Amino acid sequence: MQKTITCIECPAGCTLAVDYEGCIVQRVSGEKCPKGAEYAKNEIQNPQRILTTAVLCDGLEVKMLAVRTDKPIPKQKLFEAMEAVRTIRVNAPVKAGETIVKDLLGLGADLVATRTAARQEKQI
Amino acid sequence: MFDVAIIGGGAVGTSIARELSRYKLLVVVLEKEEEPAFGVSKSNSGIIHPGTQNPPGLLKSRLCVEGNRLTRVIAQELGVDFKEVGELIVAFTEEEIFRLHRLLEDARALRVPGVRMVDQVWLRGHEPHLSPRVKAALFAPTAGIISPYRLVYDLAENALRNGVQIHTDSRVTAIENTRPHFIVHTSKGPFKAKYVVNAAGLYADGICRMLGITDVAIKPVKGEEFILDKKRAYLTNHLIFPLPSQSTKGILVIKTADGNPMVGPTATEAESKEDLSTSQEGLEKVFSAVKRMVPEINEKDIIAYFAGLRPKAGEDFIIRSEQAAHGCITVAGIQSPGLTAAPAIARMVTRLLRQQGLGLRRKILFHGHRKRSVHLFAVKPAETQKLIEQDPGYGDIVCRCEMVSAKEIRDAILRGATTLDGIKFRTRCQAGRCHGSFCTTRVMKMLAGERGIPVTAVTKRGKGSEVVKHDRADD
Amino acid sequence: MTGPMIERELVIVGGGPAGMAAALAAHGQGVRDILLIERDQFLGGILNQCVHTGFGLTYFKEVLTGPEYADRFVTKINSTPAIETSLRTFAVALSRTKVLTVIKPGRLQNIAARALIMATGCREKTREMIHIPGTRPAGIFPAGLAQKLINVEGLLPGNEVVIVGSGDIGLIMARRFTLEGAKVRAVIEIESASRGLVRNLTQCVYDFDIPVYFNHMISRIHGKDRVEKVEVVKVDGQRRPIPGSKFELSCDTLLVSVGLIPENELIEMAGVRLDEKTNSPVSEAPNTTAIPGLFVCGNAYKVYDVADSVTADSQLCGRLAAEYLLKIQGDSFRPLSPLEKPCKRR
Repeated sequence: MQKTITCIECPAGCTLAVDYEGCIVQRVSGEKCPKGAEYAKNEIQNPQRILTTAVLCDGLEVKMLAVRTDKPIPKQKLFEAMEAVRTIRVNAPVKAGETIVKDLLGLGADLVATRTAARQEKQI
Repeated sequence: MFDVAIIGGGAVGTSIARELSRYKLLVVVLEKEEEPAFGVSKSNSGIIHPGTQNPPGLLKSRLCVEGNRLTRVIAQELGVDFKEVGELIVAFTEEEIFRLHRLLEDARALRVPGVRMVDQVWLRGHEPHLSPRVKAALFAPTAGIISPYRLVYDLAENALRNGVQIHTDSRVTAIENTRPHFIVHTSKGPFKAKYVVNAAGLYADGICRMLGITDVAIKPVKGEEFILDKKRAYLTNHLIFPLPSQSTKGILVIKTADGNPMVGPTATEAESKEDLSTSQEGLEKVFSAVKRMVPEINEKDIIAYFAGLRPKAGEDFIIRSEQAAHGCITVAGIQSPGLTAAPAIARMVTRLLRQQGLGLRRKILFHGHRKRSVHLFAVKPAETQKLIEQDPGYGDIVCRCEMVSAKEIRDAILRGATTLDGIKFRTRCQAGRCHGSFCTTRVMKMLAGERGIPVTAVTKRGKGSEVVKHDRADD
Repeated sequence: MTGPMIERELVIVGGGPAGMAAALAAHGQGVRDILLIERDQFLGGILNQCVHTGFGLTYFKEVLTGPEYADRFVTKINSTPAIETSLRTFAVALSRTKVLTVIKPGRLQNIAARALIMATGCREKTREMIHIPGTRPAGIFPAGLAQKLINVEGLLPGNEVVIVGSGDIGLIMARRFTLEGAKVRAVIEIESASRGLVRNLTQCVYDFDIPVYFNHMISRIHGKDRVEKVEVVKVDGQRRPIPGSKFELSCDTLLVSVGLIPENELIEMAGVRLDEKTNSPVSEAPNTTAIPGLFVCGNAYKVYDVADSVTADSQLCGRLAAEYLLKIQGDSFRPLSPLEKPCKRR
């Protein structure tokens, strides 16, 4: 079987031609760097995406805290992960990179803060 | 029991309300929209006409000339900026010049001050971006510009200060004539009044029918207008008109009180009284018309556009006391020059009310003056510095395109703004070239905070126009 | 000129990726009096609302989100005492002589800058700029505003969305709305190919089976108080509507993502001519203007696809400004030092 996919690893967005049989990738062409082949393999076997979103805060200088998964998670788990994220409240100051949820939904990826947020000061 | 119920909170209704607030009367204004000026008035061009393009025999012609004079006084009293920029009606051919002379005669018959013909040499000196193909123009120096909505808000505020009640979101659903008074039923409950003034704009015919008056029919005429970037303010120094047609003053190049040039309006029969849509044809028509007069005007500089509806009821205004419903004054068909004429209409309506038996006793204390609202964009840096020292809120800029501070927005809310459009019309916040991309979130939060409502209840212009659907904080 | 006047060596307007990179680069070249002005309460600019990944691949060789990319620079700025940051500060006027007027809570200030870098970013083109006919109800958002509402304010603008234009922000917002539970009905693009990066088309639109209509435009917006539906029509090579191709999409929200324009009104105020088409300053050499010592960098100079390019451009600009300051050192200017204590740093 052959499939044409667009690599999302970098802004170049290479068009990859992938020959595969079931889950086995036989040949990849069109990539400008080694990431392309790796991406194509994952895309055929188990497409994964990094989830980026924001969680609600309480008493911090921002209302929403930007977060991400530190590793890609299976594409079909994105909506389930969003449901889980929706229930989170962050009420203590955080630093960029700090873990908010360990091993989100048992997928092996942590949800981490991508920005620093201090306690709310009184606004002028 | 009110002495007078005024139906409609536009330029005409609020002018009448303010005029009546000089007297010992209980007056109520009933407005169907969320805020005053949200009907016909919000799409007004803001021109205070000198009275040049109306035939001398008509009521509107006389009221226009009188209104031009009165508007200056009112602007002064209410602290609204009025700029006398003057207007030019341009002619391209000998035949058109001949027609200009006819207009000149009409204007002189109406005693429009200072009207005269100007030639190409004058035009080159005073209006350098005008097409060289313009051969001559009729110059009327008393034409001016004003912000139509700020005028209405300040009239309303001043009327309130003098005891008038204004009920918004109050649509009139029925009127009972229970002689010697009326019961006006609205979506917010009934109001009893001895006299009713129908200043309902596009819907004046409907109000007439509720009172058994059947000879008034409002045919909306749509006008599309296009606002250009302030950067192009240099293009014209005057209001530029073509020769008027039978029915309209034509498509113009307008200077606005806010500094942005504006071009339009078209004149097409509207499909309905709710039809405020703009069209590609309208855009093409307007730009081909104005480029003929000012060739440098370019569609690329459009920052906003809108359509308004003129409440047309025949050629002239209809302002009369009704025989069929004693105590009712109809003010209908107030299309151009309605904004200019409004203060004169207010006086005329007051006279009609007196003729109908309304006792007019002047208040000992009428607060005719109102403190001028601050607009940083109109203030010199030295004054800005002083303002910021007085209130740090003036140093907290919310809208960068139009330079509007948090203090101005809070003031607008305190003075009655309940919607994003209400704030925009009063302060110009969100009205600039970025169209609120940067400031909308802040303004929404301020409105929610000051009014004590959830941010999901903040609207653009009243119920049904909520800006966002859901707040994560409510999960 | 009224109000207090202070003098500074290098003033940078805008604390986004461009301003921060320029400040650090100028500092790296030995400039020791730098004032960085930002209108928001945080540094980082628009990066703070770009919670998605796609930043830093060139510059840091890492996959970062917008806030993470910003954070790297913010940390450096905050640990560089020679760079003073002034937050919640609006630049409102600029003169030909490089006197910048700023307003912040509590005061108006005039700042005479020996060198000035404008890192003011860009703004989105609006529905008005592409003249979409129809009504003007609530529910029409520039894509970036929708992004800020969702990611920063936690407010969902709508439940049924049509996106006009395939700019990157629009594509990214297609995914964002979908993940938030809204239905994205379609992306409508007048060109025959995506304006945004093809990776964004893939991971933000095709990943979620959102239809994309190339060679189509929105011919009318319907809805009195809130958007109710839009009319879509196919266009030919000259962008003329093809008769009979019209169809309707019901929606409560229309996102506009039809491109960005450099935000250069301040330098225009100072007399710098802007290119009619691009709104970039007209100049002989990159990042410069007709006014000596007045520089422009990042998206204000020219709209870039990725933040990494903004950083690279702005670093060059920061060095240019440093060179300029070095060159004029011998001139008759009196030595400059801040006359005021630096304001409290966050």
